Amino acid sequence: MRYIFEFCIIAAISFVAEVIKYFLPLPVPASIYGLIIMLILLISGVLKVEKVSAVADFLIKIMPLMFIPAVVGLVESYTAIKPIVIRLIIFVPVSTVVVMGVCGRVAQAIRTRQKRQGVDIDE
Amino acid sequence: MNDLVQHSAYFGVVISVAAYALGILIKKKFKLAIFNPLFLSIIFIIAFLLAGDIEYANYEKSANLLSYLLTPATVCLAVPLYRQIEVLKKNKLVVLLGLGSGVVSSLVTVFILSILLGFSNEMFVTLLPKSVTTAIGMEVASELGGDSTIAAAVIIVTGIVGNMSADIICRVFRIKDPVAIGLAVGCSSHAVGTARALEMGEVQGAMSSLAVAVSGIMTVILAPLFSMLSV
Repeated sequence: MRYIFEFCIIAAISFVAEVIKYFLPLPVPASIYGLIIMLILLISGVLKVEKVSAVADFLIKIMPLMFIPAVVGLVESYTAIKPIVIRLIIFVPVSTVVVMGVCGRVAQAIRTRQKRQGVDIDE
Repeated sequence: MNDLVQHSAYFGVVISVAAYALGILIKKKFKLAIFNPLFLSIIFIIAFLLAGDIEYANYEKSANLLSYLLTPATVCLAVPLYRQIEVLKKNKLVVLLGLGSGVVSSLVTVFILSILLGFSNEMFVTLLPKSVTTAIGMEVASELGGDSTIAAAVIIVTGIVGNMSADIICRVFRIKDPVAIGLAVGCSSHAVGTARALEMGEVQGAMSSLAVAVSGIMTVILAPLFSMLSV
């Protein structure tokens, strides 16, 4: 029964998120609205984390599986990409490395500075 | 073969899960970043579809169940985020500045590389949202006059590259702080990268989930400004 209740809550939040998406014409997917709704419910204490955690942890654990069909779909869009494929092979790793490096270094530098200033930021 | 597959409701799920399980086994055996289970399973499935002359549409029809779970699973990313809420509260400035610099560096890199590689203006706006989650990125790309199919493909490949190379990139840049690692992975390679961050630890995973949402929203706001530049 526990799993049914948990899944029901998660599905209901997903549905409310879709309704919001329908009325707000922003290029933000329903899932992001849902994430924010869930977080507000948890922080405000309306929803206890134990009421969703078993199903939530399971869904998160199997998340990589959910990307498979979309990526396999690359076979379909290959014709569109073919003329620029070599340039994209250069482009994607370079920009991924830059973004990860810049974001990580900046975040780490601020953390280190705060630690030195004695701000309590430890986990 | 196509006829058989076309009438099966489970074919897509079975081959996807089996390919992923095989990917996990290989990863366990060899422990190399290149043997990423997601990457391996995709190669296996594409090879299988080509070998059996099975159309993608027939595979997709029954594999759809997996994509269908993506929305509730993304909603559930709020759970690890909530568990780490104290870390988040203490790191507001880090989150804002770290992700802000990540998003801006992404947009700037796309601009510079588009000039260097000679991409058309349409391609440039298609690539602008490349670091954000697929659903946001596709909509941003089409709104700016780009091609959402190509955007989706580039975004997913970016995610896989980030997922596979997160450990190496963090080591090379000497990013050791778990909060910084999580933000960096989520900001550069969205939900697919987050899958790797979640394996690294709960703090990394939570920060990465947060980064996906926040950097996605930042990109929605900033990408239209950058699209006014022309290459």
